[in-house]
Amino acid sequence: MRRIRAAAVGAVTLSLALAATACGGGSSNSGGSNDSPKTLTYWASNQGASIAIDKKVLQPELDKFQQQTGIKVKLEVVPWSDLLNRILTATTSGQGPDVLNIGNTWSASLQATGALLPWDSKNFAKIGGKDRFVDSALGSTGAEGKDPAAVPLYSMAYALYYNKKIFADAGISQPPATWDELIADGKKIKAKGKSVLGAEGANVSENIHHVFVFAKQHGADFFSSDGKPNFTDPKVVDAVKQYVDLMAKDKVIPTGDAEYAQNQSVSDFAKGKQAMLLWQSAAANLKSQGMSDSDYGIAPVPVQSGTPGTGAQTNSMVAGINIAVFKNSHNLDGATKFVKFMTSDDEQKILNTAYTSIPPVKAAQEDAQFNSASNSVLKNTLATSAAALPQVASESQFETAVGTAVKDLFADAAAGHAVTTDSVKAALEKAQQQMPAA
Amino acid sequence: MTTTTAPTKEPVRGATPGAAREPRRRTGRIRRIGLPYLLLLPALLLELLVHLIPMVIGVVMSFKELTQIYISNWNTAPWAGFGNYKLSVDFDAPVGEALLHSFYVTVAFTLLSVGLCWLIGTAAAIFMQETFAGRGLLRALFLIPYALPVYAAVITWVFMFQHDNGLVNHVLHDQLHLTDKRSFWLIGDNSFYALLTVSVWKGWPFAFLIVMAGLQNIPKELYEAAALDGAGMLQQIRRITLPSLRAVNQVLILVLFLWTFNDFNTPYVLFGKAAPESADLISVHIYQASFVTWNFGTGSAMSVLLLLFLLVVTGVYLVLTSRGRRTSDV
Repeated sequence: MRRIRAAAVGAVTLSLALAATACGGGSSNSGGSNDSPKTLTYWASNQGASIAIDKKVLQPELDKFQQQTGIKVKLEVVPWSDLLNRILTATTSGQGPDVLNIGNTWSASLQATGALLPWDSKNFAKIGGKDRFVDSALGSTGAEGKDPAAVPLYSMAYALYYNKKIFADAGISQPPATWDELIADGKKIKAKGKSVLGAEGANVSENIHHVFVFAKQHGADFFSSDGKPNFTDPKVVDAVKQYVDLMAKDKVIPTGDAEYAQNQSVSDFAKGKQAMLLWQSAAANLKSQGMSDSDYGIAPVPVQSGTPGTGAQTNSMVAGINIAVFKNSHNLDGATKFVKFMTSDDEQKILNTAYTSIPPVKAAQEDAQFNSASNSVLKNTLATSAAALPQVASESQFETAVGTAVKDLFADAAAGHAVTTDSVKAALEKAQQQMPAA
Repeated sequence: MTTTTAPTKEPVRGATPGAAREPRRRTGRIRRIGLPYLLLLPALLLELLVHLIPMVIGVVMSFKELTQIYISNWNTAPWAGFGNYKLSVDFDAPVGEALLHSFYVTVAFTLLSVGLCWLIGTAAAIFMQETFAGRGLLRALFLIPYALPVYAAVITWVFMFQHDNGLVNHVLHDQLHLTDKRSFWLIGDNSFYALLTVSVWKGWPFAFLIVMAGLQNIPKELYEAAALDGAGMLQQIRRITLPSLRAVNQVLILVLFLWTFNDFNTPYVLFGKAAPESADLISVHIYQASFVTWNFGTGSAMSVLLLLFLLVVTGVYLVLTSRGRRTSDV
């Protein structure tokens, strides 16, 4: 009897303890501390051709950091498909990494959650000051008028990649600088039996990046200056229609691309089936698919006038990765040191070379490595003709709603349905209605 | 209840050695009655922990305005009252309209999928009742779709449904010339049929398995007697097989219905985050309404509505089928 009672009491205590610990996991909203100064957890985004490659690139640098500071960094490379969900979960539970990479377009959305350490002038001073970074990259670190939620780490820009052999066969001497030229060149390319331009029609984010640039070229914005969605502006409608028309009317994007969402258009380009590709920092990716550097050229993305610049001559978004610190890290000092290390001139050169991206740090950009013909196209684009995606808290909803609308329009075009100003407007109107009321 | 059980147990207690009778009688009784509950307590608590608490939290979330601004500290999220529910069921507004559309799509999809799964599964099970060479092999083969990991199976279908290099278009267009041009299966209106195909392919082996097990319990004599009476194959199926499988079918259809209605993996792997309108199943729709747009309050409200709907359907189904059984038994 007594033994049974003891067992029962034990079981009850155990389950109570379990219950207590499980519930204790919730929102520990305490700020950060320096309780565990010897370790850091770092979530890196997947920048290389595979996660294994990323580990190979990053581990030696982390070892170097450990030698300098004695802080051991636990690395986890998170695939893009999981990264945002993982960050949201970490935010919700309050149990996340100390330092993490974020897509720079998420900066304002994540800033609104309040989970990331704001980079005020005091924090910036710890990593050498705000002036070390290129302006365009800083433009994509959070909402205007607020302290940035993250620090630029790698910068990328869209460029027009073209297959030199296909161009030569079709008798095209130089890459198109305007959309009209591109469409005209398309006819010559199609005559040679190749497809003209690739697109990821079912990839919501890719769609957003392109229609954003087209909107700029039409002198319009998806958000009004006070941050309200403005998707049905006639200029926005024209911009989206121009992009979808590349498939629907101009027939330079093959209809099959409407269902592409896993970078199949990059493969088509690498295999020599398709003459052109609009992509960000594709060099490493193309190489891993067996296309050598000498087979393709890189030119700025076409603009309506032929000369990229600011405003209506914008030809790329400011693409890139930011590095951020989780506010309730237990090693805030260490985390800041780590950000300083990752954004130091030397590390910037090493990492951006490995990932064929452009350093957002001015001093590192000077390096000869980033002045090659291909890199200078990207660098110039970033410096002169790239614009940051809207830095609004509802950016993530915007990507989903409008990206899906464009996906559906591509599906219509592929099925042979007419894409008209009205149908584009209706799709965008629906997208706008899905946006949060605030 | 306690008054009736206590006396019957009395002799047992009296038999325990060393028990002092009079003074400890009352506490002893409480303890005796309490012990089973005490022993149940851990299980109860764990049940609470793994089952009920998440559900309760989900319901609580549905009454909060849990957007990205509040997720790092839930307690600060303002109460939304029935705001999230109003938004979800306001069918004139875009959110409610989209939810209703998604609901209709899901109902149509579920009815078709469950119907086909059951039909194919039952037909296959009945054919497999005859003994013939290779029967075991075929039975095992039939179960493969059910045994495959969902992701591997569905991603294979994604490749087969591709527009340019997919097997489906190759067969339908290139070989059989059934269509004048290659069709899109993963975007546009055809995606409904693509989804249905994969769902049925994945679901019917389960129906097959369960019906096959049910068939083993039907006595052979019934068929022999029926055959003597001149009943043909179809008559036998209608008069013997189906009535005997009634109980099995009842559970099978309910389970298939719930699984199919709630299926998330198949549409998600097939179409990704943004499903085409014609195949916008409710589970992915809710995921999009909460995770992708960072509005967990609305997502929870939609989930609770879905839960209520499924509870009602299940309840009505159980009442109807059990009443049917009672009258047929009489």
